Amino acid sequence: MAEFLAQYVPSWLAYTAVGLVQAALCLVVALASAAVFIWLERKVSARIQDRLGPTRVGGRFGWLQPPADGIKLLCKEDIIPAAADAPLYRIAPYISFCAVFAVFLALPFASGWVALDLNAGAFFVLAVAGLEVFGVILGGYASGSKWSLYGAMRAAAQVISYEIPLALCVVVPVLITGSMNLVEIGDSQKGWFTSWYLFHDPFTFVTFWVYVTCVTASTNRAPFDLPEAESELVAGFLTEYSGWRWVVFFMAEYAAMFVVSGFGAVLFLGGWNGPIPLASLLGLTPENHAILGWLGNLLGMANFITKAVLGVVFMIWLRWTLPRLRIDQVMTTCLKYCVPIASAMLAGVMIWTYLFPKGVIDGVRHSAPVVQQASAQPQSGDHR
Amino acid sequence: MIPQAIYEKLLHPFRPWLLAQDFAAIDPWIEVRADGLPEICRVLRDDPDLAFDMLNCITAVDYFEPDEKKAAAAEWQPHLELQYHLTSTVHRHRIVLKSRLARWQNNEIGQLPEAPSVSSVWSTAEWHEREVFDLMGVLFVGHRDLRRILCPEDWAGHPLRKDYQMPVEYHGIQAR
Amino acid sequence: MSTERMQPETVEFDVRTDEMLINMGPQHPSTHGVLRLVLRTDGEVVNEVTPHIGYLHRCAEKIGENLTPRQFLPYTDRLDYLAGISMNLGWALTVEKLLGHKVSEKTRHLRVIVAELSRIASHLVAAGCYGLDLGSFTPFMWTFREREKILDLYEDLCGARLTCSYITVGGVTADVPDGWLKKCEEFLTQFEPVIDDLHALLTNNAIFIQRTAGIGVMSKATALDYGCTGPVLRGSGVDWDLRRDGEPIYTEMYDGYTWRVIAAPEGKYPDDHPYPPVPPETILGDSWHRYFVRMLEVVQSMDLVRQGIEKYSMAAGDVDEPIPLKKKLPKGEAYLETEAPKGQMGFGIVSDGSPVPWRVRVKSSSFCNLSVTPELCQGVLVADIPAIIGSLDLVLGEIDR
Repeated sequence: MAEFLAQYVPSWLAYTAVGLVQAALCLVVALASAAVFIWLERKVSARIQDRLGPTRVGGRFGWLQPPADGIKLLCKEDIIPAAADAPLYRIAPYISFCAVFAVFLALPFASGWVALDLNAGAFFVLAVAGLEVFGVILGGYASGSKWSLYGAMRAAAQVISYEIPLALCVVVPVLITGSMNLVEIGDSQKGWFTSWYLFHDPFTFVTFWVYVTCVTASTNRAPFDLPEAESELVAGFLTEYSGWRWVVFFMAEYAAMFVVSGFGAVLFLGGWNGPIPLASLLGLTPENHAILGWLGNLLGMANFITKAVLGVVFMIWLRWTLPRLRIDQVMTTCLKYCVPIASAMLAGVMIWTYLFPKGVIDGVRHSAPVVQQASAQPQSGDHR
Repeated sequence: MIPQAIYEKLLHPFRPWLLAQDFAAIDPWIEVRADGLPEICRVLRDDPDLAFDMLNCITAVDYFEPDEKKAAAAEWQPHLELQYHLTSTVHRHRIVLKSRLARWQNNEIGQLPEAPSVSSVWSTAEWHEREVFDLMGVLFVGHRDLRRILCPEDWAGHPLRKDYQMPVEYHGIQAR
Repeated sequence: MSTERMQPETVEFDVRTDEMLINMGPQHPSTHGVLRLVLRTDGEVVNEVTPHIGYLHRCAEKIGENLTPRQFLPYTDRLDYLAGISMNLGWALTVEKLLGHKVSEKTRHLRVIVAELSRIASHLVAAGCYGLDLGSFTPFMWTFREREKILDLYEDLCGARLTCSYITVGGVTADVPDGWLKKCEEFLTQFEPVIDDLHALLTNNAIFIQRTAGIGVMSKATALDYGCTGPVLRGSGVDWDLRRDGEPIYTEMYDGYTWRVIAAPEGKYPDDHPYPPVPPETILGDSWHRYFVRMLEVVQSMDLVRQGIEKYSMAAGDVDEPIPLKKKLPKGEAYLETEAPKGQMGFGIVSDGSPVPWRVRVKSSSFCNLSVTPELCQGVLVADIPAIIGSLDLVLGEIDR
């Protein structure tokens, strides 16, 4: 799109304008997902616990509860403890949120629908999503409270535990595809649901669950919510936060849930490819017509968002079911179990792809090099 | 074991320390001299026939009548009474040990009476003795950490004593 | 002294870590009220725990010296406010012991019904809050939902939900309203399957077992030494329940009921119910066993309530009226411990012959159960503190009196 605009306006203006539009879109998605998930969490948790959840604000289902919460929290006093390191304390929530927000830029919502089509997309997502924890550590450290400090230290201990197996899990789909480009990884899972990497071979199936474990830890969600463990650390790194800053931390957490679910969907669950190749069956491909391709992508985006939301619902379900692990058990789980399992699965996938380069479950499935060629085509005419 | 038998079992080593007993009371009791408490308690706990492995409760009762007219009619001299309620989970028998103390050491008002601690026999006595010290003002000699437990550490007086007066003010808070 | 030589190794590897003092409470989510624990920690490891209590001290004993026993009764509700009726029972029986009063058959069975219901309610709160302490929210809501139903039953019975003052000295305040026993049975019928849900959510949950098995292990000897009672004592494998082993005035209440003490002296629980199996990683006397004993006692209490309803319906005569408000007490002393849900609740009364007691003694079970925490919490992790405190099932209203 930027190239298209550059024909009419100076190129710096074209790139800036397109960048701003894309960033704004991503911001909207990030904020909207946070708001929706806060509502969803309240509703799902209520149902799990035999309650109704919000029922009044904005009609029967309490749709407007998140904005109402937001307005209430905005009206709260913004407290900075006397013992806190004020500048760091103020900046910490924004670091968390910016890190999560930056990931949205590289997250493809449909084939080619990505703000930043990076060749090393998987790497970028891992690296930038990992920054979120810096806000947590900083916030906990700068609060000047012992409980917050505990939360921060736990976050630090946890991050070194889950990042390693998480990266190992991400390597598996990258290995099968032969590319770090998220669009390519998604496109290579085209076809029926059997061509999803989840069902590629037994090793990827196991890898997916290791991934689920690790990302639950990475979003600080139960049973890995140790940095804010409210029954032990009062509220962990959030103890001293109030009002708007607390909201920002909160939004970062929920947006991060969407990010990791979406990332997982791209890596293992076929991304925007539905269980049935509906778009290609209906002929909604760019080969037929650009508009049809656009409609197909819209369908793909619906697929992607459905998968991501289901992932978030799964995490919500986990949170309201399981007790919390202890910090040493988290580290044991991640380092002692997840790392060896992920490594073994990586080796297994290597051998599998060597032995069955075309795949076994689905004969129709393309092998990696073919996919690269296939996906190169829509990319050239992508809709940015 | 019936209380009579428990008493007889104690009689041999501790005859001079046993002052009175009442086995017909609702809760049969044996009164002992305060200075013999730890030794008697140790035997009560360790003797296989007695085996009082559980100390239910330590209580103190203040026998003091602030009203002089009524005090004259009272059948006792003012004193404090310590009560130890013991149970054996092995033999399922119970006994109450009592011990008399002066309300004030050497009859000097303000000087807390002393009793030996039995916290070396039953660890639970540690907190019970702290409570008795806090609310009744009995100094338990040999206690590891005799601090107030229910009242604030800088509280004045021992509230369950019959002559206790609530302070007028506590840290700027009007108390009465 | 300068003669002391520094070893190069010690200099190089001398990573000095400071100990930190942390106040856990009195305003902390998992101290079950206003308990304050001072933790001396080295990182996540807790080296020493010092409990500080008294934030809820209301001078219950002093109040008792100024009121007649029946006037004091509502104050007993406020001791263990999660099982007010059990507190009423303890006080009523103590005064009855002093008076030499014996209640009618009908009263006795009614008392069993309400006291065991209060045990169920209390244990439900304990289990739910324990889940909460370990970061699991849902069991808390589920157990409180069931407890609400018991409170509804209480409301039908006497108008109050929490502080019932239903069992009074000499009898009960009123006979049951029409249809109450049927409601009670309906509650038990619908409650039965919920216990399996709780077992699935907590008892058999792998994370729950990891968090509680082998944590805060208390040997039989330690438990007895610290005067621990109730499920805490039985969780350590001591076969001791005052409903069976108590004083006659209390055990008579349960005459004719068939039940067994829930304890596992050899690590094996009575097997007359389809309980979930004991996980192999648990150690007798750990937090898991303390929790498990409570869960089993819920089932047992349900059975006792059912028997009580049956016996109550069969019994002839009326329930007893309470004694007069200002009845003169006989001279003497009485002390009685009853098996309240949290442990052995003791009430003592010393009377000089007037209607108002000379001295009232309230011995709290949670008080003794709490006193063992410094012993249990040495060298555990910070996250284990709620796991241990929660398994002791403390109520500060009772500890501080």
